[in-house]
Amino acid sequence: MQTIWFIFIAFILTMYVLLDGFDLGAGAIYPFVAKDDKERRAVQRAILPMWDGNETWLVAAGGGLFLSFPLLYSASMSGFYLAVFVVLWLLILRGVGLEMRHLLDNDLWRSFWDGVFFLGSLLLPFFFGVALANVMRGVPIGRGGKYFFQSLWTDPLHPLSKNPGILDWYTVMIGLLALCAVILHGTTYLTMKTTGGLRNSSRIFAGAFWVATVGLTALATPLTFYLLPQRLSHFESAPWGFVFPAAAIGGILTVGYALAKGRDGLSFGGSCAYIAGMMSSTAFAIYPKVLPAVDPSRSLTIYNASAPHHSLVVGLIAWGLGLLLACIYFAIIYRMFRGRVEV
Amino acid sequence: MSAALMSVHPVLALQDTSSTVLLHRWQFGFNLIYHYLYPQLTMGLILLIVVLETLYLRRGHEFYKKAADFWVRLFAPAFVIGAVTGIPLEFGFGTNWAVFSTVSGGVIGQTIALEGVFAFFVESAFLGLYLYGGDAFGKKVRWFSAFMVFLGSWASGYFILTVNAWMQNPISYRTLPDGNLALVHFWKLFLNPWMFHQYIHVMGGAVVTASFAMAGIGAFYLLSRRDVQFGKLFVTLGVIAGLASSLWMIYPSGDMESAALAEKQPIKLAAAEGLFHTEKGASLTIIGQPNLQTMRIDNPIELPKILSFLSYRSFEATVKGLEAFPRSLWPNVPLVYYSYHIMVGLGTIFAAVMLLAALLLWRGRLFRSRRMLWLLLLIMPFPFITNTVGWVVAESGRQPWIIYGVMKTAQGASRLVNAGNVYFTIAGLAGLFLLLSVLYVIVVLKEVHQGPEAPQSEDVERLEKEIREIIPGRRALQERRREEPIESGREEKVRG
Repeated sequence: MQTIWFIFIAFILTMYVLLDGFDLGAGAIYPFVAKDDKERRAVQRAILPMWDGNETWLVAAGGGLFLSFPLLYSASMSGFYLAVFVVLWLLILRGVGLEMRHLLDNDLWRSFWDGVFFLGSLLLPFFFGVALANVMRGVPIGRGGKYFFQSLWTDPLHPLSKNPGILDWYTVMIGLLALCAVILHGTTYLTMKTTGGLRNSSRIFAGAFWVATVGLTALATPLTFYLLPQRLSHFESAPWGFVFPAAAIGGILTVGYALAKGRDGLSFGGSCAYIAGMMSSTAFAIYPKVLPAVDPSRSLTIYNASAPHHSLVVGLIAWGLGLLLACIYFAIIYRMFRGRVEV
Repeated sequence: MSAALMSVHPVLALQDTSSTVLLHRWQFGFNLIYHYLYPQLTMGLILLIVVLETLYLRRGHEFYKKAADFWVRLFAPAFVIGAVTGIPLEFGFGTNWAVFSTVSGGVIGQTIALEGVFAFFVESAFLGLYLYGGDAFGKKVRWFSAFMVFLGSWASGYFILTVNAWMQNPISYRTLPDGNLALVHFWKLFLNPWMFHQYIHVMGGAVVTASFAMAGIGAFYLLSRRDVQFGKLFVTLGVIAGLASSLWMIYPSGDMESAALAEKQPIKLAAAEGLFHTEKGASLTIIGQPNLQTMRIDNPIELPKILSFLSYRSFEATVKGLEAFPRSLWPNVPLVYYSYHIMVGLGTIFAAVMLLAALLLWRGRLFRSRRMLWLLLLIMPFPFITNTVGWVVAESGRQPWIIYGVMKTAQGASRLVNAGNVYFTIAGLAGLFLLLSVLYVIVVLKEVHQGPEAPQSEDVERLEKEIREIIPGRRALQERRREEPIESGREEKVRG
């Protein structure tokens, strides 16, 4: 049961990154892709009807976590307290920025909110990547407790110290990788959703960020396993898990191929496969832990952090049903807004 | 329970952090109060918008569409602010109340998680459709998407109040060996008897806020002799909904709430009423200042025996006073007392004002009665206060418990998050909330100034037009309708 929930949570977080990823990525790159106000509006039109719904996946993931692994939810929220609030501020500002822009006809007003939206979209994927890297690296769960508290940084040059902060060179590197991957995701989305000059410049930026993503992935993956060889153990004991990194590699190669050939839908699909592959590889690497600790014996696992069995069962039924309904609405609404946006 | 909890959660014993706990309460309470200024407006407003949309669907007159569009322009930014200020609350259970979340997650995790998948998804997905696709897909989709936003936001209210109802009246749980709580019956959690009266009272309060806002802005237009037709529509709808909802708040929902307090939370009732001593045939204090030194109400104005009647339906019933309970279990008495009296006092005034306005409306004199219109305009902000202090009664009044009778608030806080960090994030939230308030005020002033007749901001209009043009689904639909009329009927059902 715990494993099913683990997969469920990993799935919903992956969905969040796939969906909100493209509007974050588009937001983080659009001042460079779109040359004038008309093009900027076209970019925003491509994401406006969806962003709020996309962000809801994050909230749903939070709720699902509370239901299934209450200890993981409370330990990580209070442990990453400062980072969580920084992320929340950014989410607030970004969401408001996108919706407030249209409310006054004034260039200064619009420029201001464009800037807010851009900064929010730029910093959020970075922090999400940092969060994921913290989970991968392990957190300083203390003596005799189930909780921890991480400062923003303590010893940035030594990620393996006893009391690591949220930011060190390893987590920052993964943060940058996440940012590049999300921008790649956003640019392939824009390539698929727009026309004319906007599509062309999106494609050029997608090419650049493809190179950056490939480079950072090639750098970060060996470094991760050099730094944390214990994360390889699950792959060794269950070699079928290599399908996840294989999907990521296949995905990123597909993006490159499709960008070169000008096949826009395929490049977005490849980017989805890459992100899903990376996320599931991470999940697979830490399983059955949900929050590894610096001292491995104190790690939170799917067994010691989960809700009681009955809660997991009834929750699975009710929540699964709701999730199914949500997928249906999303399919319908994405279908209604399908097609390219013209400048 | 508390001793058991200490042994299970050693972190509790680490430091004496009562002042930090207070800060956690301030952060969460401040965030909650600010957040709830918006949902109380939007949850009520979406009901009134659905009424306007229904009028448009039935009568097909552009007038109703413009009226609905005007309110949607006030609704949408409030909805967005409500949504984004709600996210810190959902995560706030973990950031500020880690121990509470760990202990109770097996129970209330259910409702919090279900709110996400059953309510937020519906709201956000259909709001996007309503705002940006409403006109492109025709009247029926427009009505349906508005209705789904209504359904989603009222469902959201239901789920989150289920959490609160459980914290007020914990049922259907058992304690596990590790000190955490486990759910016993899923359905009992959702059908908590506390839930019922709380839900109808809270949602009624939201309708009060929205109908007073609608009546007030309508009155503004009538008083300034502009957009008169809209003014009349808004005042009419606002007064009818306002009368119904403000009476609803007193009876049956308010009455049920106080009866439940008398039964389950007598300390809260005693603090709210300012009843220090247990009395047979207790009198109801209308005005007066609670004096904790002398244990009585200073300068009281009282209605003899009424409190006994309201609580137990008998003029001679005995009502327990604060002295019947250990002082360590008292809430902050003056805070609860004043909040409760402001709520009840304003609520009574609301019902009286709306009764008078409805009478004038019925006699056909309301639109000419400038004094009444002024009153409707000026009373507009007060429902926000009433809803807020109502929540202060509910939440402050149950202190020192975070789960009533089960777990103390001080035990539930995140002990490793120290005061310095909490100050830091409170400051950040305060700054952001100030910004959001200024923004919303700007938006409201601008929209009200431009009025329902004014075209939307050029930008939005262009946006909508462009979306209308670029939706190939729509274009394909039109083409197909021309070719195969039967096929298109099926298609529309799928869409609708």
